[in-house]
Amino acid sequence: MRLTINGKSHEVDVDPTTPLLWVIREQVGLTGTKYGCGIAQCGACTVHMNGLPVRSCSIPVSAASGAKITTIEGLASGKTLHKVQKAWIDHDVPQCGYCQSGMIMAVAALLRTNPKPSDADIDAAITNICRCGTFQQVREAIHAAAKAA
Amino acid sequence: MTAMPKFTRRSFLVSSAALGGGLALGLRLPPFGPGVVRAADGSPEITVWVAIRPDNTTLIRAVRAEMGQGTITGLGQLIAEELDCDWSKVEIEYPTPGQSVARKRAWGDFSTGGSRGVRQSNEYVRKGGAAARMMLVQAAANEWKVPASECTTSASVITHKPSGRRTTYGKVAEAAARLEQPKDVPLKDPKTWKIAGKPLKRLDTAKKVNGTMVYGMDLKMPGMLNAAIKDCPVFGGKVKSFDAARVSGMRGVKKVVQVGDSGVAVIADTWWNAKTALEQLPIVWDEGENAKVSSASIAEILKAGLDAEQAFVGNQAGGDVKTALADAAKRIEAVYAYPYQNHACMEPMNATVRYTPERCELWGPTQNGEGTFAQVLEASGLAADKVDVHNVMLGGGFGRRGTYPDDYVRQAVLIAKQMPGTPVKMIWSREEDMAHGKYHPVMQCKLVGGLDASGNLAALHMRLSGQSILASVRPEVVQAQKGRDPLSFQGVFESGEHSFSYTVPNLLIDHAMRNTHVPPGFWRGVNINQNALFIECFMDELAEAAGQDALEFRRKLMAKHPRNLGVLNAVAERIGWSRPAPSGVYRGLAHLHCFDSFVAAACEISVKDGNKVKVHRIVAATDPGYAVNPAQIERQVAGSFVYGLSALFFQECTVKDGRIEQTNFHQYNSMRIAQMPKVETILMPTGGTVWGGIGEPTICVAAPAVLNAFYRATGKRIRSVPLKNHGIELV
Repeated sequence: MRLTINGKSHEVDVDPTTPLLWVIREQVGLTGTKYGCGIAQCGACTVHMNGLPVRSCSIPVSAASGAKITTIEGLASGKTLHKVQKAWIDHDVPQCGYCQSGMIMAVAALLRTNPKPSDADIDAAITNICRCGTFQQVREAIHAAAKAA
Repeated sequence: MTAMPKFTRRSFLVSSAALGGGLALGLRLPPFGPGVVRAADGSPEITVWVAIRPDNTTLIRAVRAEMGQGTITGLGQLIAEELDCDWSKVEIEYPTPGQSVARKRAWGDFSTGGSRGVRQSNEYVRKGGAAARMMLVQAAANEWKVPASECTTSASVITHKPSGRRTTYGKVAEAAARLEQPKDVPLKDPKTWKIAGKPLKRLDTAKKVNGTMVYGMDLKMPGMLNAAIKDCPVFGGKVKSFDAARVSGMRGVKKVVQVGDSGVAVIADTWWNAKTALEQLPIVWDEGENAKVSSASIAEILKAGLDAEQAFVGNQAGGDVKTALADAAKRIEAVYAYPYQNHACMEPMNATVRYTPERCELWGPTQNGEGTFAQVLEASGLAADKVDVHNVMLGGGFGRRGTYPDDYVRQAVLIAKQMPGTPVKMIWSREEDMAHGKYHPVMQCKLVGGLDASGNLAALHMRLSGQSILASVRPEVVQAQKGRDPLSFQGVFESGEHSFSYTVPNLLIDHAMRNTHVPPGFWRGVNINQNALFIECFMDELAEAAGQDALEFRRKLMAKHPRNLGVLNAVAERIGWSRPAPSGVYRGLAHLHCFDSFVAAACEISVKDGNKVKVHRIVAATDPGYAVNPAQIERQVAGSFVYGLSALFFQECTVKDGRIEQTNFHQYNSMRIAQMPKVETILMPTGGTVWGGIGEPTICVAAPAVLNAFYRATGKRIRSVPLKNHGIELV
């Protein structure tokens, strides 16, 4: 099976029912995308599929074949960080950081479709779990990223 | 930025002198000359906490675990402050427990729990920084043949004032490393701090925003296999049999192994293949007597403890409660209850182990490197010089990754022993993590208060009935206390870091210990979660019975507790307690003394349809004595409310047929950003000789403040957690 991840093509030999998450982590070897729950509850595994945020733990890899997949490792343009990553550093958002790959991917997708989200927009779109409780900084950083060009 | 452990064993190069009395761990003798201990990259070590590279980078050593609480940055700031080094050129290096053991525990305690990371190592790490500075200055002074007292330091540069000569730490580090460490090491007055005490950014953020931070879950090693494990779902049960042949032909499966008495693991090429096979594996359990236990049967046992004759006394500050309650003009009684809760770290439990009969090493997330070292030692059966532990960034800890008997560390070693020479990464599924937590202990509490004719609190009896953590985890401590678990009284104890913050003429706080087969653990805040809720909600009940304002009623009992009064007054003032709340908004407050910090919260909530709670705002005050990084403290305070309010509204682990019923986040919810209140942190350190903790204390004051506000909003007094059981939602 052929997958396109972060602009690179990968040939993987897996059971087609394997969740995309585990193919990204174990076959492709990109471990920035995290396992948190396996049932699309927590969002730690969020990646972009054709530009839309998806919870990769609950998508069989067969459904991702042919799609353009972006993981946290592919969010920056070369050495230039994505504005969400920049805002995350400026606002010192992560605590343990384990959920933040998924959080950042979810926010980057939100800003693509809604460049200046209101608090209510953020509340509706960002449903990732963070057990450290970084939400106050997440909200600040989203607004900051939205203000950045 | 930080030097996270690489997957080859990082060896320190230790001098022959240092090896003499300790355990030889196969460390190499120094090629750079006698007497100098060197970091992994060959840089000279000045003190155990500081090594300096020739390019003037400072390597600060850290052994307390980083799990998001910022302790590495905070401890780094303290060392850098005393060292006067260039903060922009600081990197963190992590010695291993094996290296520490080999050097007679040169780095002291690795354990990172009880909000102790900064507060209990601040003095010796600061001295480690200060001593290194003195040695670097002395080395420069020797070179210049001038008195050290004529030299000053700033940002890793040494200046001889009279002559204007300058040099860098990097240039004199080799010479400094050969000097004897001074014994008399004065520390700076915190009032003069330039690096410590400042809201600096964390040292470890960059890798957390681009996917390159390596957590235990992410480890990769050549030839590594993956294991998925299932332990008997009934705690204390055993494996009777399993049919390995049914899955041995499945994709990627290498081996099916029993793990101790109670677990079975599938080892495969990938974890997904291991987990898939494990789910197909027929396992027969011997569940034993514990399979008859349920939440209801546990609750009955606890209920009986509320009126039991025998109980351990935690606080009997004077008077005669029985008589005083009998003589009281008004008697108020209430029973509260707190459930089992799982830590639910975002990163499920995991560990990677490579075992051979000559050496056993573990890589993985742990809050206690030395505790894990001891467990690897025991499970591997090898000697201390053949074992080591490499800690990695934790995807959450909250107390779950402390040292517990029969836990994931032991499992990972027992699995690897059955694949000698092959590194095996064992990962728990979320379901396994929910089924085999070390749960927040279950507790009930009966409170009886007596008011005199003027509405003053004349007597209070607080009877706890429930589980002891230490009886399970540290039985020797309980034995030494003749059966009492002192931790059960956190926040209401007779003295010390968790002392009770009210003066009541006739007071008795006691604990009827009722242990169950469910393994308890230290859950962020530990026993302050329930104790603060019990006492602070009941204080509101008493105030109402006395016809008094909740704040004024408390203040009268706090004359001898000025620091608690300080934080309580601070939140009351900021929330505007003396003025009416906006229409439809209701307020509540709570406070406690715990982990040597003084904390208080006041909140504003509104309630729609009688059950939809919106927490608009929480004002939280903390007096930790000293504040090492105000920005990180603010984040810990706000984050603690996410953890604490998730517990209040959503979280309960119920027991049925001896096992935990909840399997994942769909049944064990956690707060989302939409539900996050605005948190305003008031940081008011008042100095003194004692440093307070940060990671845990404030967690406990949000829940009682919200419950007290809920009562004002609805007239309903809720006395058990979680609120979802009462049909109450957080919106």
